[in-house]
Amino acid sequence: MSMQLEQSPTTTGDVVDNYTINFGPQHPAAHGVLRMVMELDGEVIERIDPHVGLLHRGTEKLIEHKTYLQALPYFDRLDYCSPLGMEHSYVLAVEKLLNVEVPLRAQYLRVLFAELTRICNHMLNMGSHVMDVGAMTPNLWLFEIREDCLNFFERASGARMHSAWFRPGGVHQDVPLKLLADIGEWLDTRLPRLFEDAMSLVVDNRIFKQRNVDIALVSKEDAVAWGFSGPMIRAAGIPWDIRKQQPYDVYDRMDFEIPVGTNSDCYDRFMVRVEEVRQSAKIMKQCLAEMPEGPICSDDRKVSPPKRGEMKSSMESLIHHFKLYTEGFHVPAGEVYVATESPKGEFGVYLVSDGSNKPYRCKIRPTAFSHLQAMDFMSKGHMLPDATAILGAIDVVFGECDR
Amino acid sequence: MAVLHSAPKFASNEGVIDALSAALGSMLVASREEHGEVVLTIARGEIENALRLLRDEHEYQSLMEMAGVDYPSRPERFEVVYMLLSYTKNHRLLVKVNAADNTPVPTVTTLWPNAGWLEREVFDMYGVIFAGNPDLRRILTDYGFEGHPFRKDFPLTGYQELRYSEEDKRVVYEPVKLAQDLRQFDFMSPWEGADYILPGDEKAEGDKV
Repeated sequence: MSMQLEQSPTTTGDVVDNYTINFGPQHPAAHGVLRMVMELDGEVIERIDPHVGLLHRGTEKLIEHKTYLQALPYFDRLDYCSPLGMEHSYVLAVEKLLNVEVPLRAQYLRVLFAELTRICNHMLNMGSHVMDVGAMTPNLWLFEIREDCLNFFERASGARMHSAWFRPGGVHQDVPLKLLADIGEWLDTRLPRLFEDAMSLVVDNRIFKQRNVDIALVSKEDAVAWGFSGPMIRAAGIPWDIRKQQPYDVYDRMDFEIPVGTNSDCYDRFMVRVEEVRQSAKIMKQCLAEMPEGPICSDDRKVSPPKRGEMKSSMESLIHHFKLYTEGFHVPAGEVYVATESPKGEFGVYLVSDGSNKPYRCKIRPTAFSHLQAMDFMSKGHMLPDATAILGAIDVVFGECDR
Repeated sequence: MAVLHSAPKFASNEGVIDALSAALGSMLVASREEHGEVVLTIARGEIENALRLLRDEHEYQSLMEMAGVDYPSRPERFEVVYMLLSYTKNHRLLVKVNAADNTPVPTVTTLWPNAGWLEREVFDMYGVIFAGNPDLRRILTDYGFEGHPFRKDFPLTGYQELRYSEEDKRVVYEPVKLAQDLRQFDFMSPWEGADYILPGDEKAEGDKV
């Protein structure tokens, strides 16, 4: 039985026009604590005002009160889905100010684990994106891979997520040979099997396509004007990847492709990430094949601490160790902006040093800031359930967005 | 100085300062190249024109980031830094202006739509005002927050803390009470950083009997 609008007991003859709802801050599809004030016309989105900052912890201010080494673990806690990607920008910024040379093996190790982080991050994002638009199984399968990645991180650094493993001058500890062998085997067997199995369920799935194709189209001009980066700008058809254009560590020795989208919709963003996982696996295989033996940390004792064994026999090493872990190292005055290709896009660190042992200012460029800001124009005219697909394709994590 | 580090390598800075200072003319206040970064300081009133020139005629298409920095000892204590990126030239540029808390900086939301939130953040954290920004609300701090927390004279602990009150059945705000003093260790060696007199040093000065 249908009810006439004019006779509706709740509207008493008035025609209901736009209304406003809160999406979040406790919505499971908001990927964290995002509050979006949505103005809807029926089920069509008219305007979105994202309110961020509910997870603001003042990381940048805290870093100003810590030595350079103590500041490092804060970066793990920014984007907690890709911790090493965050550390990478920071250690490179510190190294750029210090102009310190990093041994080749350390550079290979960093690239290897940065790419493992990328796979780990994409597993979480793709899984939750798929789940946001209604499928359950792929998420569970992808979490199998993520679990493997976290186990590798644990074997390298002792921590599953917050590794604090990249250090200015190199990495904290060398990895056991068995770990590298296991990663190599995993890349050849388990990863492709699980990943391609899960993707076979998703990429040609009719429902998944209906929910993602032609959703949130962004032109090339808009992508540049809004400062997009990472998979968001590549899906718009611009082959911009900092690993390729502005190579850092040993990325210039790696042979890999940059996937780009053709239609710049949520489906393209997803597919760019799918291909990035395959390319990351390719980079990791090259790292494993080419990685030389040698030191894993700079031998500049004013920056990186001596081995524990040396400390037991050498007075000088003991002094260096003590000074580095109390006062820390001093960084020459100056300012740098270093941005790397984190799994989510350009993650930058603007570091101002006044020559002391603590950063004077450490501004962190979150990837999500410009993407989330574009949420309003990307969602305009789409249906309410599309907002979850758009949000999933942006890949937001609020630890990083709110800092 | 030889480049030893392995940070991202973008296009060479050679000739960039000369070309840009010729183009910017009197808008440019200072320029330098340090640690591989080109830093240009622009007159505050001209920042929008300068950035428009850089965007339209020198291919710096994107504003990737904006940062505020606080130098309390300066007459104009804040610096606003714009990080520009050129996709075509594969080059990065730092452009900055100086500002005080009562001198508005012209907005660049007219040039890049993403400047909106970036300016909101600098305003929220430092209190720099951007003239012409249509939506200069706070962004990261709490609803109803007072003060600008990233200023150097704002204490690390803040002024307010909040907790859930079982009696009132709501979140209440209270002044910060610390059970122990905030521990700030000074690890600078006495020969470099200490601003206190070492015991015994006073004997060096004063009347020696």
